[in-house]
Amino acid sequence: MSRNAKINAVLLFVVAALAVLPLAFGLGDHKKEPFTGSDTEAETAITEIEPDYEPWFSPLYEPPSGEIESALFALQAALGAGVLAYYFGLRRGRRQGELRGSARRDDGQGPPPAAAGGTGGAGGTSGAGGSAAGRA
Amino acid sequence: MHIAEGFLPPAHAVAWGIASAPFVVHGVRSLTREVREHPESTLLIGASGAFTFVLSALKLPSVTGSCSHPTGTGLGAILFRPPVMAVLGTITLLFQALLLAHGGLTTLGANVFSMAIVGPWAGYGIYRLLRRLDVPLMVAVFFGAFVADLSTYCVTSVQLALAFPDPSSGFLGALGKFGSIFAVTQIPLAVSEGLLTVLVMRLLVQSSKGELTRLGVFLARKQSGTRTAESAETTAATKTSETTETVVR
Repeated sequence: MSRNAKINAVLLFVVAALAVLPLAFGLGDHKKEPFTGSDTEAETAITEIEPDYEPWFSPLYEPPSGEIESALFALQAALGAGVLAYYFGLRRGRRQGELRGSARRDDGQGPPPAAAGGTGGAGGTSGAGGSAAGRA
Repeated sequence: MHIAEGFLPPAHAVAWGIASAPFVVHGVRSLTREVREHPESTLLIGASGAFTFVLSALKLPSVTGSCSHPTGTGLGAILFRPPVMAVLGTITLLFQALLLAHGGLTTLGANVFSMAIVGPWAGYGIYRLLRRLDVPLMVAVFFGAFVADLSTYCVTSVQLALAFPDPSSGFLGALGKFGSIFAVTQIPLAVSEGLLTVLVMRLLVQSSKGELTRLGVFLARKQSGTRTAESAETTAATKTSETTETVVR
């Protein structure tokens, strides 16, 4: 594992630890309902401050059950993660293509892939290969 | 962090809507300009929006025994400046308000103001300040994302305290109450968001050096006036980016 990958792994580990530790140490145990959303707690606080307050508008669409809601949240995360993965995958592919292209160009003097004999011919094929890889 | 549907009195809801609208309109303009002038940015802008999508769907437990989620707006603000994030944050909030009953249409203005306007600007401000002081890139990125996240929730607390001042202790009493619900819960999550943003920025440094150079990410202490000279180097940097795998710190 390279030093770079190690640092990235440590970053992910700390994030995971920050999420798991409150659960592991039972930091929600003093509550009637541990680990509810802070928005729900805010709603409770509002009704404590102003017991008469009635929300004057309700959501147009409400997920009919907790399952549907978690499915929609998962969909949101999946959409985001998918686009991010596409971005990094594309970049990585392009970079590898460019590297391969320039590597081929560099040893164009050596054994040419198509065995084109003359140096001019080798340069031509490697150039085409480079640009094609760049586009892909 | 979202204020739930119908939980802001009408006058407050309208006022926050009016306050947010110009920022969002300006954001749409700068987003379209960025895309028109630099079509190659579109993909990275999409990735920044995607980062916000993922992070604001992640509900994480916190030390207060309740759950909340990060915002993910710091990354885009650092890369593309805050106006672009006003648009991307609004899109995320609309998605959650319409499909998840999380946040709401009547509270959209207030939620946009905290998550898509103040958060990105505060994070960007801290990031620029630290870079101006020659702080290493990744440290500045961490604090930028941390502040973008935490300030969002501080604004939410202020918004609720303004709407619901405590009958005995007034605005400050209510601010303490909402602050302990939102802001304190958010501190460890803001650390997580900072670390995740650093992770993504490290991956970007490896994969998209040319793009980051064009966006001025590697400029420390330099004024925007030198940006033109710097952009001339962009092409050179793009060429060398494949060979140099050095981590910028």
